[in-house]
This record gives sequence, structure tokens and C-alpha cells, in this order.
Amino acid sequence: MTDQPTLDVRNLRVEFPGRHGTVTALDDISLSIRPGEILGVVGESGAGKSMTGLAVQRLLEPPGHIAGGEVWLGGRRIDNVTEREMEKIRGREIGAIFQDPLTSLNPLFSVGRQLIETICLHSDLSKSAAKLRAVELLAEVGIPAPAERVAHYPHQFSGGMRQRVVIALALAARPKLVIADEPTTALDVSIQAQITALLRRLCKENGTAVMLVTHDMGVIAETADRVAVMYAGRLVEIGPVAEVVARPSHPYTRGLMGSIPTLGARVPRLQQIDGAMPRLDAIPPGCAFNPRCPQVHDRCRLERPDLRPATASLAACWLASDAKESAA
Amino acid sequence: MIVFLVKRLANAALVMLVVALMAFLIFRFVGDPVQLMVNEQTTQAERDALREGLGLNDPVAVQFLRFVGNAVQGDFGVSYRNQQEVMSLIAERFPATIELVLLATVISLVVGVPLGVITAIHRGTWFSEGLQFLSIIGVSLPSFVIGILLILIFSVILNVLPAFGRGEVVSIGWWTTGLLTQSGRAALILPAVALSLYQITLVMRLVRAEMMEVLRSDFIKFARARGVPRSRVHYVHALRNCLMPVVTMTAMNIGSLIAFALITETVFQWPGMGMLFIQAVTFVDIPVMAAYLCIVSFIFVALNTLVDIAYALIDPRLRAARG
Repeated sequence: MTDQPTLDVRNLRVEFPGRHGTVTALDDISLSIRPGEILGVVGESGAGKSMTGLAVQRLLEPPGHIAGGEVWLGGRRIDNVTEREMEKIRGREIGAIFQDPLTSLNPLFSVGRQLIETICLHSDLSKSAAKLRAVELLAEVGIPAPAERVAHYPHQFSGGMRQRVVIALALAARPKLVIADEPTTALDVSIQAQITALLRRLCKENGTAVMLVTHDMGVIAETADRVAVMYAGRLVEIGPVAEVVARPSHPYTRGLMGSIPTLGARVPRLQQIDGAMPRLDAIPPGCAFNPRCPQVHDRCRLERPDLRPATASLAACWLASDAKESAA
Repeated sequence: MIVFLVKRLANAALVMLVVALMAFLIFRFVGDPVQLMVNEQTTQAERDALREGLGLNDPVAVQFLRFVGNAVQGDFGVSYRNQQEVMSLIAERFPATIELVLLATVISLVVGVPLGVITAIHRGTWFSEGLQFLSIIGVSLPSFVIGILLILIFSVILNVLPAFGRGEVVSIGWWTTGLLTQSGRAALILPAVALSLYQITLVMRLVRAEMMEVLRSDFIKFARARGVPRSRVHYVHALRNCLMPVVTMTAMNIGSLIAFALITETVFQWPGMGMLFIQAVTFVDIPVMAAYLCIVSFIFVALNTLVDIAYALIDPRLRAARG
């Protein structure tokens, strides 16, 4: 593994200008993913997880746009290239997997046609060579009888099989980075494990970096190497999965961990985080989590904490750093 | 697929039978055909002979069956007005109307579909809003007003196109076409444009609405995430998903265009079926009216059936469900 990260997001800021002023949907997001590494991105609905993925792919719905920061892909800055350049990067260097396999595929084209389209767009293969490659890809993602299935239409596949097709499409051009946005949320629990295992295996084999966006801490714990926790458009904690799960430093992460049911463990009652995430146009000054934080103090209401080294991770919390400073 | 075809065809046949019954009833009960065919000097004996000769003394059911039998063979009787075979009258006029309607349809698709796509993609820009506004005018202006305006501009003021008639025509078998002569083509332009204007706006608005819907769907975003260029996403992935309602509407409208071309035909003195019908109404020429009704209905029903079959071809999901 080289030192250079596949994806390097630096101080990314996304804004949505609207009638009632500009909403900051992503605020100062910095993260990086190395080749072959899987970074889990978790948070509540609306925390900005999917938005981060879309911003990297430059697929934000207008009027949303990148208002600051930089995105580097394999040593090349991509947040300022032209749309035409970006079309060559999408699919070829960044693969995407969407949440709902039932709606991700064009219902009027056979899966083969969609695969061949993607392959031909990103390589010099002839149509017949692309067709062989399409069959290979379907076999790779574990679709039985791929030579036959390649001519079938999306509605002839089950949800799990369709998500395999989506993964095949995402990996068709052997991208450096795959952004998987809730890839298993719409699937049966029994299929979820298969799909995450498949994704993990393929990416490890090819040295592909993965941004795995999900609200399911269980999926992250099983699949990811590192985890980034997001809250109200900000990054609150980022670090190795095992460390963050075992010793979360940010009170919000702690709350998230406390609300996950564990099989076998007898907990009288699952914890919950009181209140709701603030609307993006009404984020309180200081730390965005301060109204819900059980350990809130005056400083949290005035100054916004930056990411700083905590026990085993980076956390955006005054307490985390204090704890470390006092421990040192 | 075969079961589906048979079902659709049986359906179509049933509808046609009902239409034929209505046409027959008009034929039979609106006025006395004998009365309309004779003059004051005709004796009662001659009248009775005519009545017998026309089969009007047979039971109604027998008369209806005879009517259907004849109609299927293309025999709708003799025009009261000029004693010509109704079918040959219609055959004479039919090509004019069909050429007009098909050209109008082609214009409406060629202009309407891209305009719909463009206004959907560039919604909110002044260009798109302007087109939207123009299309409201297009929808709300009656076609005879448009026809008269076109005549005023292109025939009277600019004097570049003929204001009426069909120009010179060339016969190919029983079919006559104006497409092969200079004057025929020139004469076709104004009526076709007048007839298509309303259709253009309909197609444009329909495509726009469908496109806006489809462009929001996940598979469009996913196609872009796969690196499919924007124009290909719009014109291949999105547009094909919009085509279903466009095909339906276009096909249905060919029927109504034929039926309602009579306004345009009247304005431009176009020698088509519409004009024939108007003349038939003026002279209470019931066989012509009945034949017109049957033929227009037949075209409607045939188009509807074709639309259903086209659905199955466009959308693989329907193919699977019915095949």
C-alpha cells in the first residue's frame, strides 16, 4: 500500500442557496481513504452521509454545490474539473452503488446492455468483447448462469440479485474508489451479509478504496476498517472501527453505540439519544450536538470544536481533548 | 403474446360491430331513404319497387347483417347526392386526408419531442419558459384561427404558399399523392402546419412532464454515476422511459386528427374526407355519413390495437406479463 490516499477530501463544504438564505449541508469535512481500505460513514438521516458521496462524484442536485474545500482522487484534484472531465471520472475511477437496487437499473434495457454500455464508455473494448466481459462481471458478483442472465431485464431479477448487478456495474471499469450509499438497506437481512461480504471481498482483491455510507453500525462494524461519524453536516469522530466501537470519544458516538442492540448481552433498556438532530438551517452555535449532549458545558455553546486526537481516534469534542490533555 | 393478440383483435372486432350497428341505425331511421332518393314524379309503384330493391322490407336484423356484410367488403351503398359508389367517393378523398394527417403527426413528433426534452432539461431558463408560454398560445388558439392566420401571412402577405387546394397530384394505383409534385408539396405545407400546431404543443407538454418525472428517478442518477454522458442519459435512458405515453397519445391522435381534420380541410379547401363529410351533412347524404363514421371508427380501433401491441414491444415488463 502506498502512502498516497485514493480519496482525500479536504475541508469540504457544500451549500444549498435557498429562498430563506443559504443552508450549509456539509461543513468542513476532511477524510481520506487508502487503496483497499473501507471507510464507513455513519450518522442519522440528514447528517450528510450521502451528500458527502454525491459531492465527491459531483452529482449534487442543483442548487447544491461545493462551496469550499478540495477533493483529490489518486493525487489529482477533481472538485474543479469540467463536467466533461467528470463524466470520464465517474464510472471509470469512481464506481457507485445506490441504495435501492429496484430503482437503480433502467427498466427498459437488459442488464447486459447496461453493462456493455458502461464497459464501452470506459474502455476500448469492442462490443463483442464487452459482452464477454459483462458475463465475466456477472459471474464475479455471484450471479448463477451469467451467460443466460446477461440478456435478462432488471424486473426478472430479485432484489439481492439486482444489487449484485449494480455492484457489477460499479466495478465494471475497475474503479479506484467505490462509493456505496446504503448498499444493503433495501435488502433482506439474510441477503445483507452476502452483499457486504461480496463488496468487501471484491474491493480487497482489487485494492479498491470504498466509502461505505450507512446508518447501520452493525454493517460498519463487520465490514469497514475505519469509521467516520457524521452529525448535522459535520464530522464528529473518525478512527479505526474497533477502537471507535470499543471506546467512542464523542458523546454522540457513544450515544450511537449505546443504541445498538447486541445479541446475547442482557441490557435492561437500550439507550437513546434524546431530542432530534437540528435542522441544517438552525444549527446552534458552538458544537452542533450541544443541545442533546449529556456532558454539555459552557464552552460547547460558544466555540466550535475541531477534530482533535482523542483516545484512539479524532473527535470534535472539547471533552475528548480535555480528557486526553488531563490524562497526559 | 398470441393469446394477447387474439384477445385484442376480438375486442376490436366487437367495438367495430357496435359502431356498425350505430351507423346502420342512422342509415335506417334518420329519414326514409326512399323519400330522399326519389322526386315528386315517382309513382307509388316505383317507390315500392325501389323499397323492395333496397331490401328495406326485410326484417331489421337481416338488413343489419347485410349492411355489415357489405361494409366488410367495402360496400356502403350509393351516395344519394350524385349516385356514385360511396366507397369510391371515399377512396378518392382518403389519400388527401391521410397525407395531411401523417405529415402533421410527423411534424408534431419531430418538433414536439425535442422541445419537450429541451424544456425539461433547461427548466427555469428564459428559453424554456418562453417556449412554455408559446405552447399555451398554441393549445388555446382554435385551429381555424391558426389556419386563417397562416393563410394571411404566407399566402396573402408573403405570397409564397398556396392558400387552398391540393396542387397537382400523381396517381399510384388508386392512391393519389401530392408529395411527388412541387405544387402538391407546397399546398401540403400550410394545412399540415396548421393541423400539427396543436399536436406539437401537446407532445411537447407531455414529453416535458414525463421527462421531469423520469429525470428524478434513481436509475438516471445511477446512469450518470456510471459515467454515461449527460446527453446520452437524457436522450437514451430518460427519453425511452417517456415514450409510452407519447406513443399512446400520438396514435390516438392520428384518429382524432383524421376525424377533426375537417376543420382544417374546410379552411384550406383541402379535398379530403372531412370536406366530403361536410358536404354529406349539407345534403343529408346518409350513406356517406354512415361510411365516414365506420371508417373513422375503424381507424381509431385499429390504432388502439396497434398501440397495445407497441406497448408490449417498448416495455419488456409487459411482454413478460402477457407473453
